[in-house]
Amino acid sequence: MSDALKTHAREKPVAEQGTERRLNMIEAINDALDIMLERDPDVIIMGEDVGYFGGVFRCTAGLQEKHGKTRVFDTPISECGIIGVAVGMGAYGLRPVPEIQFADYIYPGLDQLISEAARLRYRSACDYIAPMTVRSPFGGGIFGGQTHSQSPEAIFTHVSGLKTVIPSTPYDAKGLLISCIEDNDPVIFFEPKRIYNGPFSGFYDKPVEPWKKHKDSVVPEGHYTIPLGKARHVTEGEELTVLAYGTMVHVAEAVCREKGVEADILDLRTMVPLDIEAIEASVKKTGRCMIVHEATRTSGFGAELSALVQERCFYHLEAPIERVTGFDTPYPHSLEWAYFPGPVRLGEAIDRLLKD
Amino acid sequence: MVDRPAGSNKPHLELHVPEPKFRPGDQADFSHIDIGEAGAQPRPDEACDAKETLPLCYDLIRVLGEDNKAHGAWDPKLDPETLRQMLQHFATVRAFDERMFRGQRQGKTSFYMKCTGEEATSVSAAMALASDDMVFPSYRQQGVLIARGYPMIEMINQIYSNKADKLKGRQLPIMYSSREHSFFSISGNLATQTPQAVGWAMASAIKNDSRIAATWVGEGSTAEGDFHSACTFATVYNAPVIINVINNQWAISSFSGFAGAERTTFAARALGYGLAGLRVDGNDPLAVYAAERWAANRARANQGPTLIEFFTYRAEGHSTSDDPSGYRSAQEREEWPLGDPINRLKNHLIELGEWDEDRQAAMDKEAAEKVKATTKEAEKNGILGHGLHHPFRTMFQDVYEELPWHLEEQAAQAKREREIKWPGEEPWS
Repeated sequence: MSDALKTHAREKPVAEQGTERRLNMIEAINDALDIMLERDPDVIIMGEDVGYFGGVFRCTAGLQEKHGKTRVFDTPISECGIIGVAVGMGAYGLRPVPEIQFADYIYPGLDQLISEAARLRYRSACDYIAPMTVRSPFGGGIFGGQTHSQSPEAIFTHVSGLKTVIPSTPYDAKGLLISCIEDNDPVIFFEPKRIYNGPFSGFYDKPVEPWKKHKDSVVPEGHYTIPLGKARHVTEGEELTVLAYGTMVHVAEAVCREKGVEADILDLRTMVPLDIEAIEASVKKTGRCMIVHEATRTSGFGAELSALVQERCFYHLEAPIERVTGFDTPYPHSLEWAYFPGPVRLGEAIDRLLKD
Repeated sequence: MVDRPAGSNKPHLELHVPEPKFRPGDQADFSHIDIGEAGAQPRPDEACDAKETLPLCYDLIRVLGEDNKAHGAWDPKLDPETLRQMLQHFATVRAFDERMFRGQRQGKTSFYMKCTGEEATSVSAAMALASDDMVFPSYRQQGVLIARGYPMIEMINQIYSNKADKLKGRQLPIMYSSREHSFFSISGNLATQTPQAVGWAMASAIKNDSRIAATWVGEGSTAEGDFHSACTFATVYNAPVIINVINNQWAISSFSGFAGAERTTFAARALGYGLAGLRVDGNDPLAVYAAERWAANRARANQGPTLIEFFTYRAEGHSTSDDPSGYRSAQEREEWPLGDPINRLKNHLIELGEWDEDRQAAMDKEAAEKVKATTKEAEKNGILGHGLHHPFRTMFQDVYEELPWHLEEQAAQAKREREIKWPGEEPWS
């Protein structure tokens, strides 16, 4: 091993020492990957810059040094190649965990995901499967401009055969990612990069607290899983239901707290499979539903959620369902905070929902 | 739009749109194709540097000469029994294509694709690989399954999408899959299998396995991004993979010029990636076998991937839905200067004193009868659209490993619809 690599390896994020192990989301993801590389010799990690350097967001830092170059390696800049190669690896019997550096770059690999990975089990009648977990940072709020900020989850939820998973806390990120890697279906695991280091409240002019002060940054050692298809109750309340995921969970929580609203906030965690029981129970309890996501509005996943709530809870609704989303424009660089569905947009929607 | 003020002396820019040399009604003339002497091409060591294959990216590796004898360093020196076995597979593939084509015309299935004229590129190539090497075929490699001994009845069951179809009636006809025969599931999207083959080969190398991968892609599909990703990954990781490009001159009605054939060969694509490249007479079964074996040995010895262009001709239409008389000269098939692979192998065996026309006629007859009998057997399991398909419930299976609630609900809906449409029948059957 070169000295350079040794020096570099010391940069691997280290958890806060103390009685409790508190990790930020990057450390939690790194921990999950480390555990799975250790436990299952068929798990491999690949993607642009994920090897020696440990990923542009450091999620794979130290893993190549620990597990070797054939388990964790860099790839050419070719999303179509990364996903296509992963399909072949999955067919061989490996469990590849490819990283797409930004979700905005996943489109060249879409055909391999939509036409190949998603359908392989079905079209071959289980002759072949593509058990892969495509990790990709997504979402805005980091001044990433229109090519580093998008939330393309709805594209994937529309595809039969794919699962779509989005964590919102370090604890969930680790448990969900392990579940994804152990799952035999192809999974898209979107990491909300705005909350890698701290739970962003949406109040962009206020400082962001680091994860270590948050209860959900306590991450157990070793292997644990969070089942796909089970939502998390963030807060319990009677006044309205909030359906959210990723960064928007924290924005919704902060806004409700700020407004003094007792909301039943559900962090969906997985879009497909979806926890319809939790959604239905909550909306029937509160009679009011606000759906929050950062992606553009038209044909966004909120449209699906809205339709489901309407179909299943119509006679329990006290007000029209509210969708709080990004606008139907590309993500503007300088006007990012005008685009972002922040406290004002959420606040107005809450006011409309609660006015009668 | 035009930036040219009057009187400007800037040259006019002109767009070149490729056009094939012959269209319907034209007399085909292939004298422009440079066909080297059989046996004249050098055979570099399998462990050679990829650069050494440069001349072979532009020449055409040929073994069988006009005299029906094998020539030169690429002669694989196969024993007569192996050659007869190859001929047997050829006869089977051709008989199978004939019968299935007819089956489509009789309405027994929706679609079929013949490989007439290209049989060597799958049969001879498959025979040069180990039986457990993984193949990622495109849609005209039925010869691989025949050469690997895949039961013919399973092929027909798949084509008829009947109740015995192992793929549960989900795939278009000819899009076979057989894990047992190391034959990957065929996709209708083009060139997608090329990076997948590279990924499988990389996995095999990661696991220190000894099996290699091979993939087939049409020359038209080399224009797809997937092909270029595959070549990049193959060379970067020195993947034990063979990328077979079947240059059969036509991609439905687009001639090979639209994939770049006017400027260079498809084998020469290898050069830019640092892959070994071979350009091979695809209608010469011995040359096909020798090239594929060369590349397989190279891959198996960790010497790297090879891109092989098989220069051949699609004698029939693209599929049963295509009519080539609408876009190409009717004489092309007869005038194709590299002949027919089956005739060439037959004549070679006769030249060796190991075969004769009577035995050939008997072999053809036997193949036709076997296909006919197997077809009848398969028809007992049903033909497309005649009711004998997989149980209805299978529609919702295998989308995911486990049935999620939304598919469960949709399956219940489908069941209710069936009960209303066909009361009294078992709705899930």
